[in-house]
Amino acid sequence: MDELKTPLLDELEKGEWPSFVKEIKRAAAKNPGARDLLRQLEASYREKIGHWKHGGIVGVKGYGGGVVGRYSDDPERFPHAKEFHTIRVNQPAGFFYTTKKLRDMADVWDKYGSGLYNMHGSTGDIILLGTTTENLQPCVDELADVGFDLGGSGGALRTPSCCVGQARCATACIDSMEITREITMHYQNELHRPAWPYKFKIKVSACPNDCAAASARSDLAVIGVWRDALLIDQAAVREYVNNGFNIFDRVIRKCPTAAIDWDSQKQELELRTEDCVHCMHCINAMPKALRIGKERGASLLIGGKAPVVKGAMIGWVLVPFMKMEPPFNEFKDLVDKITDWWAEHGKNRERVGELIDRIGLSVFLKEIGLPPLPQMVHAPRSNPYIFWYPEEVEKHGEK
Amino acid sequence: MARNDFGPPDYRELIPPVIQKNYGQWKYHTIPRPGVLKHVSDTGDVLYSVRIASPRLVSSEYIRSISDIADTYCDGYLRFTTRNNAEFLVSDESKLEPLIKDLVAKGYMIGGGGHSISNVVHTQGWIHCKSAVTDASGIVKDVMDELHPYFTGEIKVPARLRIAVACCVNMCGACHCSDISIVGIHRTPPRVNDELLVGRCEIPTTIAACPTGAIRPNPKTKSVEINHEKCMMCANCTVVCPAIKIMDPVNDGVSIWVGGKVSNARTAPKFSRLAIPYLPNNPPRWPEVTNAVKHLVEVWAASAREGERMGEWIDRIGWERFFEKTGLPFTDKHIDDFTHATTTFRSTTQFRF
Repeated sequence: MDELKTPLLDELEKGEWPSFVKEIKRAAAKNPGARDLLRQLEASYREKIGHWKHGGIVGVKGYGGGVVGRYSDDPERFPHAKEFHTIRVNQPAGFFYTTKKLRDMADVWDKYGSGLYNMHGSTGDIILLGTTTENLQPCVDELADVGFDLGGSGGALRTPSCCVGQARCATACIDSMEITREITMHYQNELHRPAWPYKFKIKVSACPNDCAAASARSDLAVIGVWRDALLIDQAAVREYVNNGFNIFDRVIRKCPTAAIDWDSQKQELELRTEDCVHCMHCINAMPKALRIGKERGASLLIGGKAPVVKGAMIGWVLVPFMKMEPPFNEFKDLVDKITDWWAEHGKNRERVGELIDRIGLSVFLKEIGLPPLPQMVHAPRSNPYIFWYPEEVEKHGEK
Repeated sequence: MARNDFGPPDYRELIPPVIQKNYGQWKYHTIPRPGVLKHVSDTGDVLYSVRIASPRLVSSEYIRSISDIADTYCDGYLRFTTRNNAEFLVSDESKLEPLIKDLVAKGYMIGGGGHSISNVVHTQGWIHCKSAVTDASGIVKDVMDELHPYFTGEIKVPARLRIAVACCVNMCGACHCSDISIVGIHRTPPRVNDELLVGRCEIPTTIAACPTGAIRPNPKTKSVEINHEKCMMCANCTVVCPAIKIMDPVNDGVSIWVGGKVSNARTAPKFSRLAIPYLPNNPPRWPEVTNAVKHLVEVWAASAREGERMGEWIDRIGWERFFEKTGLPFTDKHIDDFTHATTTFRSTTQFRF
């Protein structure tokens, strides 16, 4: 192999933060694809422009997605980056691994690919970064042998993902990992064979801290909540206060609805449950003293997406409270109703949030059979441009 | 014949015994030191998690190296976080200090928990994306080389601060809802190659891809025309049609956004808002971008109250004072002119001089 000259990228081996250039070089020591990736990246740094060609449709038998095709725009200069496809591999819920599982995956990828990964892609998948068209099928077959199936791409259900939930968190109102596993398994066909107007993402966060960023990064966000009173251990609250914790500055003044107060005389925390909007702040601030309530379920938010085309959206409340117990049939029924309606009415490359924006939330609710509720809006409309259905008004004034 | 539709590995076979036993029974957690979490269960069991910075883009050798560590101290169990850090899961307290010593000796950076600047959620950049206006990995490396004392807890901050990078306005990841976001943008309109377009692009799809209706069919050339006055260079037409090109190494660059969040704690989730419309692409160190981000962090950290995130701080002091305190110029680019823009105009006489 010729000498690898990458003066610009070499700069990024310096400094304290772990270096991706060092990682590419570790792979490049064994793999010509990783080596040409590095050389092409050096050219991009020098020329301030990317060197990947538009698109590329590749895949594996039986599936319509899971592989992102990529070709170098200068294969003469970078022959081993000529074909440099990404394989999306479905990650285990909560990103938990045994070292055996990781080593098995690395052995397969070293055999067929560049030896480079993203741990993980933003949607959650393990990203295997760079292989040839010829190697795709055998690689995916051997990944299957060690227990890894592909994730989603294209107009399909994308790989669901979640926060760590009940595996390691005291504020988990729902079993986010089990919901994610069950939904992923139930919708394998929708995930592997794109059949929808555009992508559809589901993310599950077990409480309103939303550690999976579900409301912003998924079309349907499942966010754990409780609807009774949060549990207060008054002795533990006193311990915080006695240890010098400024409960007024840190907690009481930050409650968005003034639902809690500290009675300095009685040395007790007072909660007006009907005013609490379960924002999590007081629990986050005093985790030893406050716990989530006992009547637990999820709020469902619809429509989260990035800017293209109509502007970025953070999901809106669709269902204020749904019980989430295996096998999650009520949830699956709702997913089916939403995706059926969207598949029928959605334009090409129209996310479900944009379709609702175009058709109207009221019509959407009627079509999928959900009641309109005040929890769905920040405020009622301020304009008088109200639609009425003919059956809602008396017949009058006909010729 | 290969197996199909069998799904991901089952997490129940990949979680350590202490989690199996205490699943759903965790009582509370503390952060005994930056980057180390201590979870205590109702059963009295304890789990320590040690979080390390990761470049996200890693090699097989990296995966094997952290696996070796997990084999030595964690019975072969580890996980990754939703911000792409790696976590070692320790149930035997006597192994905690040796693990930390070993990680430090091997050069891993421990941190990222509680009130800190954790890992930067980012995208493919010039490493793998055809739409990339900038490189994500390089900017992340530069910004975090500068800000790593905030990751390790060496420098304290009033609240958590989330940084995200997206290499184009598709904003894969978390840029529309992060405390500070860095987003690649174009500033010159796309060029249509008429000959190439015929037979290669769906014209209706290309027209429908434009948020401002700047594209119309051109029957003469059987191609499309772009009205430059209506085009704001989002490049979505180039995503659906390979005959339209927009890359411009001279004028492409990045924009910086502030004040977004996704958590519901205290205040509702917020979108990030434009702070700096344009900074040049200046690889490999992107000094203008790195300095701007560091400056924003420092001004916020010096002025925000305990527990106040970037967007909450700005809500309290007002945007007029945000621009004053940061010294950033407010320009015509900051005033929204897209859908529902009027909802962002100030319809009150409440403002500061």
